[in-house]
Amino acid sequence: MKPFAYVSAPDVATAVRTIATEPNAKFLGGGTNLVDLMREDIEQPDTVVDITRLPLTEIEELPGGGVRVGALVRNSHLAAHRLIRTRYPLLSQALLAGASAQLRNMATVGGNLLQRTRCPYFYDGASACNKRVPGSGCDAIGGFNRNHAILGTSDDCIATHPSDMCVALAALDATVEVESVRGLRRVPLADFHRLPGGTPHLETTLEPDELVTAIEVPELTAPSSYRKVRDRASYAFALVSVAAALEVTDGVVSDVRLALGGVAAKPWRARQAESVLLGTPATEESFRRAAEAELEPAVGRPDNAFKIELAQRTIVATLRRLSDGSFGDGSFGDGSRA
Amino acid sequence: MSTTTTETKSPPRERAVGRGIDRVDGPEKTTGKARFAAEFPYPDLAYAALVHATVARGRITGIDVKAAEAVTGVLSVLTHLNAPVLKPAPARSMLDLSTMVSATSVNYLNTDEVHWDGQPVAVVVAESLEAAQRGAGLVEVTYQEFPAVVDFAAEEANAKPQPNSMLGAGSAKKGDAEAALAVAPVSVDLRFTTPPHNHNAIEPHATTAVWDGDRLTVHEGSQAISWMRKHLAYRFGIPERNVRMTSPYVGGGFGGKGSVWPGTILTALAARATGRAVRMMLTREGVYRTVGGRTPSIQRVALGAGQDGRLTALIQTSVTRTGKVGGNSESVAEAARHLYDAENILIQQNLVEMDLLPNTFMRAPGVAIGTFALEAAIDELAGELGVDPIELRMRNEPARSPLDGKRFAHRMLREAYALGAERFGWAERTPEPGSMRDGRWLVGMGVATAYHSSVQFTANVTVRLSADGTVVVRCGFQEMGMGGATVQAQIAADELGVPFEAVRVEYGDSDLPTGPMAGGSAQTASIAASLLSACEKLKGSVLALARRSGDSPLRGQRLAAVEARDGGLYRRDRPGAGESYEAILSRAGRPSVEAAIGSESGLGALAGQVRFMAKFINDQRRWVKAASGAQFCEVRVDPDTGEVRVSRWLGVFDVGRVINAKTAASQLRGGIVMGIGMALSEETLVDPRNGRVMNPGLGDYHIPVHADVPPIDILYLDEPDPTMPLGLIGIGEVSITGVAGAIANAVHHATGKRVRDLPITLDKLL
Repeated sequence: MKPFAYVSAPDVATAVRTIATEPNAKFLGGGTNLVDLMREDIEQPDTVVDITRLPLTEIEELPGGGVRVGALVRNSHLAAHRLIRTRYPLLSQALLAGASAQLRNMATVGGNLLQRTRCPYFYDGASACNKRVPGSGCDAIGGFNRNHAILGTSDDCIATHPSDMCVALAALDATVEVESVRGLRRVPLADFHRLPGGTPHLETTLEPDELVTAIEVPELTAPSSYRKVRDRASYAFALVSVAAALEVTDGVVSDVRLALGGVAAKPWRARQAESVLLGTPATEESFRRAAEAELEPAVGRPDNAFKIELAQRTIVATLRRLSDGSFGDGSFGDGSRA
Repeated sequence: MSTTTTETKSPPRERAVGRGIDRVDGPEKTTGKARFAAEFPYPDLAYAALVHATVARGRITGIDVKAAEAVTGVLSVLTHLNAPVLKPAPARSMLDLSTMVSATSVNYLNTDEVHWDGQPVAVVVAESLEAAQRGAGLVEVTYQEFPAVVDFAAEEANAKPQPNSMLGAGSAKKGDAEAALAVAPVSVDLRFTTPPHNHNAIEPHATTAVWDGDRLTVHEGSQAISWMRKHLAYRFGIPERNVRMTSPYVGGGFGGKGSVWPGTILTALAARATGRAVRMMLTREGVYRTVGGRTPSIQRVALGAGQDGRLTALIQTSVTRTGKVGGNSESVAEAARHLYDAENILIQQNLVEMDLLPNTFMRAPGVAIGTFALEAAIDELAGELGVDPIELRMRNEPARSPLDGKRFAHRMLREAYALGAERFGWAERTPEPGSMRDGRWLVGMGVATAYHSSVQFTANVTVRLSADGTVVVRCGFQEMGMGGATVQAQIAADELGVPFEAVRVEYGDSDLPTGPMAGGSAQTASIAASLLSACEKLKGSVLALARRSGDSPLRGQRLAAVEARDGGLYRRDRPGAGESYEAILSRAGRPSVEAAIGSESGLGALAGQVRFMAKFINDQRRWVKAASGAQFCEVRVDPDTGEVRVSRWLGVFDVGRVINAKTAASQLRGGIVMGIGMALSEETLVDPRNGRVMNPGLGDYHIPVHADVPPIDILYLDEPDPTMPLGLIGIGEVSITGVAGAIANAVHHATGKRVRDLPITLDKLL
């Protein structure tokens, strides 16, 4: 790890002022990803600005029925919060499906948004990676790519965004609140993460001097669920995950939110599937048609082509369970028992 | 003190052997008092970190160490340009088993050649771990790259027949199996693959090395301290007595700590070069890059049978790999030699040598992956025949070893299956694949046979009995968490008739009598054999002391007429007549009596080795010795996603006499957990383009987590093996064998899909 200067910010104003004046600085929240990356010399900040003392730890109910979550709320705390468990089961389930209990106790909401990919070629200094060293190439294309993206990829990068929480937030139309010396702005989550294109090293639309201060989640009335499919029962990133909310009225889909994880460089809001579903009978066949429509542009590679079929099956299975209420069987829908 | 004749009125004390006694090292571990290799304090301790090669084969053309040397706290950057000279590793020889401990032939930092991606090419020594690691990250190495053989799948056609070795014959033949297969009324001819696996002991490899003149002390979590000591003495050109190796605790070994890997040598080298006590703790990535694992394999299993299910042909062939600079051939088809009574048998194991980190021992080398293919094939044949898979096995259960007619020292597979079937509820299984459900889950049940050949090594042991009735057993063996010290204390307690608590066992130090290596499931039996002899010798000495006294009730008694119990020796014909050890030793004016088995002198040790080899070969001629068992598992498969969850497990084992019911069950469970990983998720990703391991850590290399492990029931038949000391058979490895086969069979039963390529990941079931 490269030696670095450490400063602890007492308030938001100081934090954003510090980051604006330090050319190569990073905010430190829970440190569950940043410190790993620093140990591997992938991140080499000259200054680390500790923001864990900032007063961004509240979970508040908003007047319109939504919820505002401070950027420093720990993942474990958010998952267990009554408002989240009762109104946004998909968000609570997504958080609990991520990482381990120890990591969730440390990881913050803001840091979760900014997680970097777990592509092994990104982590390995001896490999070519356009995300780590722009222009160096991509060893994942033609290499091991079981965990890699099938949607929105480019010739320069096929990495995925690893977060579970963000997939739920994408389905929920969440907004990210960011602050800098220039003031405060709100970014829809859908516009927060970028697809790789020719610049895979640019992962979000956040400016280098901006601080995530909160997320806001609008009200959700439809039943919802998060389903994560992975290579072992716990402590593994999603091969495919589905965040879904489904409202069925008189047998017809009256409201639907659908987002996919493990398939793209950003949490993938499945707008295509949603538009196919809305107003159609809530049947297995509709679910299948919608899933196929969403995955139609997917591109598979030797190791990850299975994800195209897996994503469709997982969408169908999740919608089926939401529509027939079979989550009442005591399972979380991922094989583990409540 | 006058002679006492004690009339015992209390009932005979419960024997220690067989009881589920808690491990004696448990409290030290749970309270953090146990000191592992990386925890020995030295006032001038320096820390070392490795720089790994990033090419599979080549020559170093330049090393820039300036930036590393400039890091505050860095003491030295050792490369092939400035490192002390080392003798190359000795050639392997069966006359000196310690030569087996050499993991590779590479003379690290004494050569500019690179033989695998990951080979250490520099060591940075610093005042702190952080400075050493920072320095290691700044060393710039340039290479001239040579073409390298790194793609295992592509090398299948280049495999050469595996030579015979002490670890097993490369090939075997009975009749004409190919011809029999061709005309068999029912047959299967199948291809299986298994990927490479890595060691993931909870304690990553660590070494602390200190020189005092020409004397070297090494603390290391090791499975073979006496062999490693000899190896280090040879490499550094000092007498063996000048090396002390301690290994009081080993945080898991599984074969990965049974050889000298680069970290051991380079820590001692760094300590010599810097004059400091040096510690090297491998990072998890460091373990993946410098410690070998399990070879991948390509296997063929072909079976031919009559309509009655009797096997007419059994063929198992394999291709595995070693490194060009080391590694071991593995006995992949070992179980096929002994499990089924086929008229015609063909076994052919083949090898390719590659420019990769050499493979090494990993829990049941060869057999763990070989039983996957064999036991899955038997299940497929059962399906073809429409016969229950247990019934098919029983129809082919041999009376003698099918290849050569040798007698089984012990064989109870029929009993294991019968007991297991009853306990597991096998009769409730409906044979049709996909026919059992629990809600939406597809449910499947599968079985497979576990089998692991049994060996022994030499062990030097001393036993000292003190006048206060306490006993010290000394042997330089290795405790990796399996309960080695506990079971030897149990054995000594019973042999000498003292309470378990009165026995202390000293181990894990090369200053102690030379112990066996902890490998081949052989340690407990090896030590037990010598310990029994030592206890017998000790009792003889004590009896001789008693007999010297005119008024001892033991006067004129022969050893055979005397039994050790209640802290003394008593006549068998007159249970009340005898004396306590305290009484005998006090009268003789002896604070203690000691007995030793085995010689520590060069010539005596060699003679011991020769005697051992003679016994080993003689035993091999006469008997087939093995631990075995029946593995029963139940899986649930999600019909939408193909996710597999193992929901229930029962292993019924024939491991001879069980010394400690608790530690034995734990060890057998551990093997099953490791087997679940092999079956469902573990795979080392070696990039076929360049030979680089791409998942060097627990985040990407998927060992089972708690949620992947179901309740595991363990039963054992507890019938002593008449050819083994105390009738015990080693249990370290048998329980991983058959696990992957049982799971593959259960997955087929649940889904109708046969997966012949491990791991059984969900994409293979979509």
